[in-house]
Amino acid sequence: MISPVCPAPIATRDTILLGHGSGGKLSAELLRDVFLPAFANPVLAKLEDQASLEIGGTRLAFTTDSFVVKPLFFRGGDIGSLAVHGTVNDLAVGGAIPRFLSAAFILEEGFPVAGLRRIAGSMAAAAARAGVTIVTGDTKVVERGSGDGVYINTAGIGLLREGVRLSAGLAQPGDAVILSGSIGDHGIAILSQREGLELETDIASDSAALNTLVDAMFAAAGAQAIRAMRDPTRGGVASTLNEIAEQSAVGIEIDERAIVIHSAVRGACELLGLDPLYVANEGKLVAIVARESAETIVDAMRRHPLGAGAGVIGRVAGDRPGMVTMRTLFGTSRIVDMLAGDQLPRIC
Amino acid sequence: MKYIDEYRDAAIARAIARAVRERVTRPWVLMEICGGQTHTIMRYGLDELLPPEIELVHGPGCPVCVAPLEIIDKALDIAARPGVIFVSYGDMLRVPGSHSDLFRVKAAGGDVRIAYSPMDAVKLARENPSRQVVFFGIGFETTAPANAMSVWQAKQEGLTNFSLLAAHVLVPPAMRAILASPANRVQGLIAPGHVCTVMGTREYEDLSRDFHLPVVIGGFEPVDLLEAVRMLVAQLEEGRAGLENQYARSVSREGNRAAQRILEQVYEVSGRQWRGIGPIPMSGYKLRPEYAEYDAELVYGTGEITADEPKECISALVLQGQKKPLDCAAFGTLCTPERPLGAPMVSSEGVCAAYYAYRRHDAAPREAVR
Amino acid sequence: MCLAVPGKVLESHDVGPNRIAKVGFGGVTRQVYLDFVPEAQVGDYVMVHVGFAISKLDEAEAKRTYELLAEMGAVLEEDEEQP
Repeated sequence: MISPVCPAPIATRDTILLGHGSGGKLSAELLRDVFLPAFANPVLAKLEDQASLEIGGTRLAFTTDSFVVKPLFFRGGDIGSLAVHGTVNDLAVGGAIPRFLSAAFILEEGFPVAGLRRIAGSMAAAAARAGVTIVTGDTKVVERGSGDGVYINTAGIGLLREGVRLSAGLAQPGDAVILSGSIGDHGIAILSQREGLELETDIASDSAALNTLVDAMFAAAGAQAIRAMRDPTRGGVASTLNEIAEQSAVGIEIDERAIVIHSAVRGACELLGLDPLYVANEGKLVAIVARESAETIVDAMRRHPLGAGAGVIGRVAGDRPGMVTMRTLFGTSRIVDMLAGDQLPRIC
Repeated sequence: MKYIDEYRDAAIARAIARAVRERVTRPWVLMEICGGQTHTIMRYGLDELLPPEIELVHGPGCPVCVAPLEIIDKALDIAARPGVIFVSYGDMLRVPGSHSDLFRVKAAGGDVRIAYSPMDAVKLARENPSRQVVFFGIGFETTAPANAMSVWQAKQEGLTNFSLLAAHVLVPPAMRAILASPANRVQGLIAPGHVCTVMGTREYEDLSRDFHLPVVIGGFEPVDLLEAVRMLVAQLEEGRAGLENQYARSVSREGNRAAQRILEQVYEVSGRQWRGIGPIPMSGYKLRPEYAEYDAELVYGTGEITADEPKECISALVLQGQKKPLDCAAFGTLCTPERPLGAPMVSSEGVCAAYYAYRRHDAAPREAVR
Repeated sequence: MCLAVPGKVLESHDVGPNRIAKVGFGGVTRQVYLDFVPEAQVGDYVMVHVGFAISKLDEAEAKRTYELLAEMGAVLEEDEEQP
């Protein structure tokens, strides 16, 4: 059975629902109503994917992420490599060079050690490829039935690049919106391997560390050309663009014809009634860049293995602040809204 | 993808829209019923492509929107019971009942799961003999045969732990209620192509004849819907009123006889309450007495559950095509997907939700794309 | 209501009283019940709704009407190219 994940907006919020974890409007509410008031400080208030800090004159980025993916092992990766890539990517899109990771495990009693060995091996390989070191960690075990085999939290530290200041709040009218490749691969790969949907396909997760791609982008265009970058994970490209539009108080218009989707991902989305714009990606990035630098940056991305499908997909506009719209195949316009929670398969 | 991409061809879409523009001489009000068709129109902005003389209104084609509060409350009652695995299509999970919804029941410990197909629920029952599996069978005539098969299959296998909570509704009786209303403005109808795939075209021929109404059976891709509009406009401009079939690649006059046979075997027609419209006789399906042990209402004794519909929103008028979401003062302000006042905003296929998601930046009238 | 997707029948077999097919949807495949369209053969296209085929697509009919539409599209593109 597919586990339902919550898209639902509900009038009163006295219990945690699955939708609170999906990165959409409900998650934002939780941040706003519970965590921000409790932890009030100017760094957190910026709501970036990573915190930019200064300690003794050195500019650092610091981030954390938790991984609860099911199934644990999937085509294209596993929870371990995902945990490394996810945190490396949060640092990279924040303009930092990732250096060190922590890895904390919550294991369910009865989980096979062989599985854990496999996950640890996968994390080591991913860390080596990304040029980061896992330097500290922790292990806890919970009773059988209290977990899903393995949950992982990774936190990461990186050195902020000299002269680079990236923020979702810095997009300006006239900027170009770049997407590094095809969308929906990870989300559909996971969905297709869950019980209950029984979709047969070769789609593999695109899970990858993006820091070397980001290196190539900075090398091509310099520190000032890039305003913001994000990796469109849960909630997909649509949610990421909405966050940027909101934080920069700008409109974003994208062109449907510029979006790349693999045919198998399309097929799965058609069958389930899902919009690929909202499906998770784990090896892609969205960048807002100065218009005049866009072509140079895209060329540099296309020369990198993870950016082969890169292209400009839209632009930042001054009108309709906070709103993301899409020019459809027919030249008409539709809103690309922020979802409340996750998308659900539909029959209607 | 074959049979999808060709029907999303931009040049063809623009060509059909141009043909409509060249043909139309006065305003016409056209209704499409099916939530999936509304979705396509909003998602591709087909109303923007068409000339302003064409007004598209949306009918009650969202089985989620028209499911009365009562049936949702019954579903919630059953889903909360220990030992029950409550299985539903994704569409229904977010719909609030009088006090709760399936997600909150799940958060409180109910075993609520999504299935793509009703046969997945039967499989669950087979594999979990100590649990009671209940499938929430909503939908129009398109979905009714598949829902019926789950019960037929369960009976074949002698399963004793499976039941269906039936909430099916039939399109033609609702259309008749709308067309017969004195406030009706509909001059042409796009009939639901997948309902007709199952049921055939006869009921729509009758509708066309009885109401002197141009009816075109339409598919779900943008080119299908634009073509259906073009065919309706041709009839209207020529003063004709008959049934035409735009979706002939899937719809035949007789429909799907095998699917109809299973409907006759498993269901009988009954009166149903339609949220936003009220009770309509002979407008739904319930399980035949031979399938009583698979009828969740009987198994769980939910017959006594009733609910009062809140009267704050104009969804009744919207569902009948007399008003559009943008006409409603509460649209986008008091009534949003986060805090919906009525059914069409609750369901992701509901017309208000579709307008909100895709088109709320269009509060002012606009010129058609040339 | 009624999200049905066209898919190609890749193989089929009987399982008890049911006819089951493997149907391809542009790169993904799924098991589909053919009980309502038992005459569907490998290579045919069917409309699939909630795991059941509800019709076999009439390819000749589709081709016939589509040719007219494609012609309209081509004419429009020519017209749009003219200044």
